[in-house]
Amino acid sequence: MRYRNNPSAIRALVHEDEVHRDVYIDPELFALEQEHLFRNTWIYLGHDSQVPNPGDFYTADIAGRPLLMLRGGDGILRVLYNRCAHKGAKVVNAVSGNTGTVLRCPYHGWTYRADGTVRTIPLKGGYEGTRFEQCQASSGMVSVANVENYRGFVFVRLSEQGIDFRDYFGESLTSIDNMVDRSPEGRLEVAGGVLRYLHNCNWKMFIENLNDAMHPMVAHESSAGTAKTLWSEQPPDAPKPMVIEQFVPFVSGYDFFEKMGVKIYENGHSYTGVNFSIHSKYSAVPAYEAAMVQAYGAERAHAILAEARHNTVYYPSLTIKGAIQAIRVARPIAVDRTVVESWTFRLVGAPDEILQRTLMYSRLINAPMSVVGHDDLLCYRAIQEGLASDGNDWVSLHRNFSTEERRAIAGVHTGTSEVSMRGQFRAWARFMTDAVTKAGAP
Amino acid sequence: MSPERLGTEAVREFVYHEARLIDEKRFAEWYDLFTDDARYWIPLTRGQPDGDHHTSLMYEDKLLLKVRIERLKNPRSFSQQQASYCQHVMQAPSLEVADPAQGRWVTRAPFSYFESQLDTQVVLAGVSWLHLVEVGGVLRIRLKKVELLNCDAALPSVQLFP
Repeated sequence: MRYRNNPSAIRALVHEDEVHRDVYIDPELFALEQEHLFRNTWIYLGHDSQVPNPGDFYTADIAGRPLLMLRGGDGILRVLYNRCAHKGAKVVNAVSGNTGTVLRCPYHGWTYRADGTVRTIPLKGGYEGTRFEQCQASSGMVSVANVENYRGFVFVRLSEQGIDFRDYFGESLTSIDNMVDRSPEGRLEVAGGVLRYLHNCNWKMFIENLNDAMHPMVAHESSAGTAKTLWSEQPPDAPKPMVIEQFVPFVSGYDFFEKMGVKIYENGHSYTGVNFSIHSKYSAVPAYEAAMVQAYGAERAHAILAEARHNTVYYPSLTIKGAIQAIRVARPIAVDRTVVESWTFRLVGAPDEILQRTLMYSRLINAPMSVVGHDDLLCYRAIQEGLASDGNDWVSLHRNFSTEERRAIAGVHTGTSEVSMRGQFRAWARFMTDAVTKAGAP
Repeated sequence: MSPERLGTEAVREFVYHEARLIDEKRFAEWYDLFTDDARYWIPLTRGQPDGDHHTSLMYEDKLLLKVRIERLKNPRSFSQQQASYCQHVMQAPSLEVADPAQGRWVTRAPFSYFESQLDTQVVLAGVSWLHLVEVGGVLRIRLKKVELLNCDAALPSVQLFP
């Protein structure tokens, strides 16, 4: 127990330009991340289009806690801890579906309203003369107090006290804005299913990689590079398939990724592709652009579509690609085990072709059978195993470090800088220790 | 194989042969079994109607199959520096459609699939459907559809061809 109730030991793991290997491999720190980092910050739970109708639900674990996102008969979306007030059974045991008019525990048949309050208890007379009315069970399932639905993206902060949603994400929310604005109706719908890829590595390797612009030309040489080579053997006038448009930019040169730029926000958030990205040169879809111009006017429509941000990291667990309408969510399971979920969205009011492009991208890049994903995961796993080495306890994050960052890390940096990771660990150290420093363990 | 020999036994043999070529890593021969407009499809959900309007685990045209096959030869296929091997165990295929006059067959074969990489082994089960056509007297695959039993599970890397 080196780290529990020892915030100074945790802070000592993060230097301004390097980080101690324990953050990736120590099971105690993983447990503390669940208790602190994933409770003190705003974590993406799901999208409100997953629960469009009364009784619709979606369940997921956050910080190891089982949560239930539920649409009530009153149309209000709520988040409850998925725990029966009686003996603790998960009340809803499917991932998604519809509960009907009441929630009913499968064990003893207690029923609840959509706000978690108790509706009925079988043979309630058995509680007469007991202290039941004074105990917590009588008030029903516990609601999560801090829930924010930002343009359809539902986030929770499990700690009672902590940073406000807007203060936490700040201007980084412009990436969500851009994704939603890409719908001519300003609305997204989850579509096309969810890919769930089991990663035998720490969650941070995946999150850091999203704005690591120094790896694609190396790690993806054999996949995107092979696609590029095969395509170069085609006659120059052959029509370019969408798969080639999507694969080939991965093996752009260092210059491309440097000039792409990375924008850093406070609290660990960032996006690459400030100036352009691997998504910038996709073929135009005229019917879509026409619908956008109709909805927003030419100037605004072109401004929305000109943004082609690569990955935006909403630290610590959500990453989005507005330009391709796909998101990836890290669901940490253990210190060396993470499920990466890839969700895709339909731009409501856009032609079908746009969704097909989204689905193709997600399949090519994010599926457990993706050749791009295979090499990424190999690298993450190689780190997980390599960090067991002795003789060097530190992971270098020095690339393009400047002492200016001590004053302010926010701003635009060269695309290949490791500044996004430095920003993430700055946030990590803060939210791992915030509540401990102020009030002891929660 | 001449057209008159494309009877039930020849079609069944073809199903076993297709799996064997994968297991023996005879990928160039395997690639040639597919028609130019073929798809190799592993749906993500049960009863998924198509691969264009829903995400799939794989939905490869011949170009993407070629990328996979060529990549496996590349020494910088890092996830294959420790090579994977696979083994299909096929149940006897049934002929769901057999129309020799039109040169068209659909076979269905439940299977187990093992993919090993040194100390780790992935085990999958499912049903393999082949939509076959006769091209110049031989059988070719227009669609290989692999319905995995646990298509909705969080899967680890599956690197070869179930």
